Amino acid sequence: MENRPDSGQDRRTVVSWLLGGGVAASLASFFYPVVRFVNPPAVSEASINEVDAGKAQDLKPNSGKIVKFGNKPALLVRISDTEWKAFSAVCTHLNCTVQYRESRHDIWCACHNGTYDLNGRVQSGPPPRPLEELVVQVRGDEVVISRRT
Amino acid sequence: MPATDPKNKTLDWLDERTGWRMVRDLADHKVVPIHAGTAWYYFGGITLFLLGIQVITGVLLLLYYRPSVAEAFDSVRFIMTRVEFGWLIRSIHSWSANLLILAAFVHMFSVVFTHAYRRPRELTWLTGIALLGLMLGFGFSGYLLPWNQISYFATKVGTDMAASVPVAGPAMARFLRGGEEVGAATLTRFFAFHVMILPLITFGLVGLHLLLVQFHGMSTPSGVSPSQLAHMKFFPNFFLREMVIWYGVLAVLGTLAAIFPWELGLKADPFASAPAGIRPEWYFLAEFYTLKLIPSHVWFFEGELLGLLGFGLLAAGWVALPFWATGRNGEHRARLVTAAGVFLICYLATFTILGYLK
Amino acid sequence: MRASAILFLLYWSLSVASAQDSCMTCHSAMEEGTKGPATLIKNDVHIAHGLSCADCHGGDRTSDDPTIAMSKAKGFKGKPARTAIPKFCASCHGNPDFMRKFAPRERVDQYELYETSVHGKRLAAGDTNVATCIDCHSVHDIRPVKDGMSPVHPLHVAETCSRCHSDKVKMAPYKIPTNQFEEYRTSVHWEAMTKRGDLSAPSCASCHGNHGAKPPQVESVAAVCGTCHVTFEALYDKSVHKAVFSGAGGGGGCIVCHSNHGIHQPSTAMLVGPNAVCSGCHEAGSAPAQTAAQMAAWIDGLDRALKQSETVLARAEEYGMEVSEAQVRLIDGRENLVKSRLALHAMDPGEMRKPIDAGMAIAKETLAAGQAALREKDFRRWGLAVSVLLIGIAILAIRFLIRRIEARP
Repeated sequence: MENRPDSGQDRRTVVSWLLGGGVAASLASFFYPVVRFVNPPAVSEASINEVDAGKAQDLKPNSGKIVKFGNKPALLVRISDTEWKAFSAVCTHLNCTVQYRESRHDIWCACHNGTYDLNGRVQSGPPPRPLEELVVQVRGDEVVISRRT
Repeated sequence: MPATDPKNKTLDWLDERTGWRMVRDLADHKVVPIHAGTAWYYFGGITLFLLGIQVITGVLLLLYYRPSVAEAFDSVRFIMTRVEFGWLIRSIHSWSANLLILAAFVHMFSVVFTHAYRRPRELTWLTGIALLGLMLGFGFSGYLLPWNQISYFATKVGTDMAASVPVAGPAMARFLRGGEEVGAATLTRFFAFHVMILPLITFGLVGLHLLLVQFHGMSTPSGVSPSQLAHMKFFPNFFLREMVIWYGVLAVLGTLAAIFPWELGLKADPFASAPAGIRPEWYFLAEFYTLKLIPSHVWFFEGELLGLLGFGLLAAGWVALPFWATGRNGEHRARLVTAAGVFLICYLATFTILGYLK
Repeated sequence: MRASAILFLLYWSLSVASAQDSCMTCHSAMEEGTKGPATLIKNDVHIAHGLSCADCHGGDRTSDDPTIAMSKAKGFKGKPARTAIPKFCASCHGNPDFMRKFAPRERVDQYELYETSVHGKRLAAGDTNVATCIDCHSVHDIRPVKDGMSPVHPLHVAETCSRCHSDKVKMAPYKIPTNQFEEYRTSVHWEAMTKRGDLSAPSCASCHGNHGAKPPQVESVAAVCGTCHVTFEALYDKSVHKAVFSGAGGGGGCIVCHSNHGIHQPSTAMLVGPNAVCSGCHEAGSAPAQTAAQMAAWIDGLDRALKQSETVLARAEEYGMEVSEAQVRLIDGRENLVKSRLALHAMDPGEMRKPIDAGMAIAKETLAAGQAALREKDFRRWGLAVSVLLIGIAILAIRFLIRRIEARP
C-alpha cells in the first residue's frame, strides 16, 4: 500500500487527460459545424430571382426557348432584334409547359390548346389566368431573366 | 514561482492597466447558499446560456439571411438545404428560442415561490420582468422572419390584437407593422427590432440585472438569514455544476435539432386564405385562447377590449408584485404571493393546453 | 256587371300608376293561368332591356282597354303555334339591324342553323315533338346564357337536352338511344365541369352544335375532339388508325376506343388485359397487340418508377429533410408520363421513347436525391450520437473534477 501514491497519481493523471480530452473533443464538436457553416457553399446564391438565360445571339428574332428559372420552367421570347419578353412557362390551366408559336406570334399550350398573347394574357382556350411575366435584361451579350419585384 | 517569471510579469502588466485582479477577487468572494431550494438558482444561468446560444446562432444566420419579402423565404431554404450545417444552426436557433422563453418563465416562477423579489431586490425583479417582455418581443419579431404562411398570418393576428387596444392600439399597430398591412415594411421593421433594437436594450438590461444580482448576492428563503446556512463558492464549485447543466442543455438542443428539425413551411401568400387553425406560438397561446373565449359583447363593453384590459391589469399587478407583497406594517404576504403564483401557473398552463386542443 | 265595373276601376287605378305596360298590369292581377307569364317575365332578359309582352305578342301596351290592347288591328298575335315559334323568335333575333340596338356582337344566324338541324328539319315537316327555341331557352323567363340559372348555361346544357333525349317514350318514334346523358354523367368531361367547375369542358352542344344540332359525321369525329385535344388529333392523323376508322363502317375515329358519351379516364388497361380495346380488332400475339403491350409496359414502368421516387422523398420529408426541390422536379417527371400517354396515339413506339426516357431519367434522379436525403438523415443522427457521447464524457469529467476539488477538507 505504501507504493500506491505514485501509481495512484499516474492513474489520476491518465484519467484527467482522458476526461480533459473529452471536454476538448466536445468543444471541437461544437466548433466544427460552426466553421463549416461560415464557409460559403459552392452555389452561393439561392438563385431563384435571377437567372442567366444564355447569349443574345443564340436566339433569333421571332423565336422562343425554355429556360430553367429556379425549379420551374420559364419561356424566353425574342420578338425582334431589340424586344424581348419572358414569362413563367407553367400553363395556368393544368400546369403543362407552354411554347412559343412562331407562325402565330403567340404562346401555345399543347395539352389543351390554350393560347396566350405576347403580354401573357389568355387569348383562347381553357387557361383561367394570364402567364406571370418576368423581366428580361440584356446586358451586352448576356440575357438575364429576373422576377418582377 | 519567482515574481520575475514571464507569466507573472504579464499578469502584473495587465493588472496595472486593467485591474483584473480586483474583479477576480470579487468573483472569488461570490458564494451560493446551500439549502433545499438551491437547485432553482440554476435557472437564471440557463436562461443566460440560452440567450448566448441565440446570439451566436443568430449572428451565424445573419451571414445568409436576407430580410426582404422576395428573398427571405428562399434564403432560409438556402440555409436549410445548401449551407453546411445550416439545418443545425437554424433548428438550434428556433428550438432554443422556445427553450429560452420556457426557462425565463421557470426562472421567474422560481423567484416568486422562493420570494426572492423581496426588499432590497425589487429592481432586480423589475429588470427581470422587462427582460421577459423583451424575450417575448424577440419571439414575436423573429417568428415573422422566415416569411412563411404560418408566420405571416400569426403576425397578422398578433398585430390585429394590438390594434384593438383602446386609444393607443391603432397607432401601436401601425408602428409595429410599418403601415396599414403586414407586408414588406413589417419584415424590415421586425428585422431591425430583432437584430438591433431589442438586442441593444436586452444587453443593457441583462447587464443591469446581473450587476444587481452580484451586488445583492443570492437571496435566501424567508426567515432564514444567510449566516445560518452553509455556502459553496461560486467559482469553481457552483460554476462547474452549471457547466454540467449547460452541457445537458446543449445535448437536449442537439437532439431536438437533429431529430425534429424546424420546418420551412410554405412561402407566405397574403392573398391565400389563412391556414385553418392558425394560432400563435405556445407562449402567446393562453392569451389568444382567452380572447377567443370571451363573448363578443359583455354588458355594453366589447369583449376583446375587456380581455385586453384584463391582461393589462394582470400584467401591471404582476410587475408591481414586490410592492404589494409587502404589507403596510412591513409584513411579507408570502401566502398571498404563493397563491397568486399558483393561480397564474394554472391559468397559463390550462389555457395553453386548451389552445392547443381546440 | 258588378265584376266588370270592379275590373274597370282596377284597370283605371292601376293605369294611373303605370300607364306604360298594360299587359303587365292586367295580367299580374289575374288568377293563375295568364298570371304565370306575368310573374315569370320579371326574370326575363328582354324585359330588362325595356321590351315588353307586346314586342313579341303584338298589341298595344299603352292601352288599358283589353279590346284595343289585344286587337288584331294592333298586331296582336296571341300564343304562336309550335311550328311557328322559331320564325317568331327569329323575327328579332335574325335581324341584325334590330339586334345591333341591344347586343351588337350577338349572332343572328341561329334560325339559319336551326333549319339545318335535325330538330329544324323535322319541325318543318310538321313534327311538333321536336325541340324549338322555347324548349331549351325557356319562355317568358329567358335568361342570358351566362346566367347561372339559364337552362342553356354550360353547366345545365346536358340536363336540358336530356329532358327529351333521355325520355324513352318521347324518343321511341325516332329509334334513337336514350342513354346518352346517363353515360355522359360517368364521363371525365362531366366531372371536369361539375367537380372542377371547368366551364370549358364539353357537353352536348360542344360536339353536336346547339342551334344546328346534328351528330358529327364519322370522318369529322376526330376533328371535333381535336378542337380541344389538338395534339392527340395531330398524332392520330399520322397514325395507321385514321384510315381504318374513317369511312363508312370505320367506327368513327376517337370514339372507337374512347366511346362517345361515356368517356372515362383512360389507362393502360385499355391496351392490355381483359378489358383491352385493342383486342377488339387485333388478335392476341399479333404484332400490333405486342406493340400495345410494349407501350403499356413502358407507361406502367414509368408510373411505378415515379411512385417509388415519391415514396422515398415523402419518407425523407417525414424525417424532416428538405426535399422540396426534388419533389418539384418530380412534377416534370409526371408531365413526361402525360406526354408519353399522348405520344401513344401515334401508335408508333418511336414517338413514345423520348418522353419515356426523359421521365425515367427524372425518376432516377429524384430517387437518388431521396436516397441521399435519407443518408444525410442517418449522418445527422450518427453525428448527434457522437456529440451526445462527447458531452457525456465532458459531464463526467466535470463531475470528477468537482468531486476532486471538494474532497479536500
